[in-house]
Amino acid sequence: MDLSPIWLTLKLAGITTLLLLLIGLPFAWWLSRGRSFIKIIAEAIITMPLVLPPSVLGFYLLLAFSPQHGLGKWLHDTFDVQLVFSFPGLILASVIYSVPFMVGPVKSALQQLPGSLTEASYTLGKTEWQTFRYVLLPNIKPSLLTAAVLTFAHTLGEFGVVLMIGGNIPGITRVASIAVYDSVEKMDYASANNYSLILFSITFVLVIAVFMFNKYQAKGPLA
Amino acid sequence: MISVDIEIKLKAYHGGQLLKIKRQFVSGSVTKIWGPSGSGKTTLLKMIAGLSAPRKGKIVADGITWFDDEQLINLSPQKRHIGFVFQNYALFPNMTVQQHLEYASNDTDWIKRLLQLGQLDNFTTHKPDHLSGGQQQRLAILRALATKPKLLLMDEPFSALDSKMKTLLMEELKPLIKQLGATTIIVSHNLQELEIFDGEVMNFEGLV
Repeated sequence: MDLSPIWLTLKLAGITTLLLLLIGLPFAWWLSRGRSFIKIIAEAIITMPLVLPPSVLGFYLLLAFSPQHGLGKWLHDTFDVQLVFSFPGLILASVIYSVPFMVGPVKSALQQLPGSLTEASYTLGKTEWQTFRYVLLPNIKPSLLTAAVLTFAHTLGEFGVVLMIGGNIPGITRVASIAVYDSVEKMDYASANNYSLILFSITFVLVIAVFMFNKYQAKGPLA
Repeated sequence: MISVDIEIKLKAYHGGQLLKIKRQFVSGSVTKIWGPSGSGKTTLLKMIAGLSAPRKGKIVADGITWFDDEQLINLSPQKRHIGFVFQNYALFPNMTVQQHLEYASNDTDWIKRLLQLGQLDNFTTHKPDHLSGGQQQRLAILRALATKPKLLLMDEPFSALDSKMKTLLMEELKPLIKQLGATTIIVSHNLQELEIFDGEVMNFEGLV
């Protein structure tokens, strides 16, 4: 059995989760602070991957990443980077596709914290960054973990967007979900079953871990 | 000297209500604010602290303008160097008693003294959810004092303490506040409990 699709999937999910932690945290924090028209629009845009068919999102990303058009052309001409049918392209598409899974839970958790925690930190002379780092972030740990695991698990299960952007290039873009589809098409049900079972097991363990962690945390004061 | 001349718009069920406050708080003095719920006591404290802004007016502390709507000055809470005791304590659930004080100050001797004052020296490793209501309230007071503020704003600071602890803490607090030279404004719904502090009473009853 060729395990490269599994490793590629784990690599893609890991990188996507890390990138979304870096991008999603400040973004969720910004969204959690008050309301404005710009924030409503921004939130609507990042929620689109939740409601759009993956093929629609994949189609627009394919157009955007294409070396013949706009962003894709600029990246190709300026940096000699090709996003379509490449692993970096898959990462970018996954980040866009999974953004609501990271930003949503983190934003909700930040909004649920009493505003007086931030105010108390400010009256102690602490900056916004210090308040975020030492007060807000540690108090949303369970939600942060849930968001990270959801993002990771969601990336493991990506199919439509991955197929549109990456295609099915072994070792480069052929992730596990594509390998399952490919095996079924070839009537190789044994391989399809193996890939599916591995994906199922990984995601099941992740979800169980989140439930267990959250149950333990539920004894805390923020439950 | 802190000079407050502001106009506050209070939220009410039938639209907002305007509250005008003009008052001078002498350096090192204690002012006891008393009044019914919703009369704007907490709002006034938050505006002095810079946690919210008045509709218009001016707040000047020791010659430095903290707020002036005409000059568009609104100093951040961080720059006002105040101590604030929140009514709901606003303790950080992730921090122990010791960490609360260390977050506010680097002065280890001062932290030790505060812990003794609040009788929390045996609870330094406890997080807020493992403290009683009274202990949480004491920690909130100690944290506000940890930065050695020149202005101490306390919103119902003794409400969760039993009468014995209340008397004890207030007796200890009194010289400490005097030593810090902090101008103190205490909001309470129970004026009697503040009798131990000498100072003027500001009555919010009937202002709105």
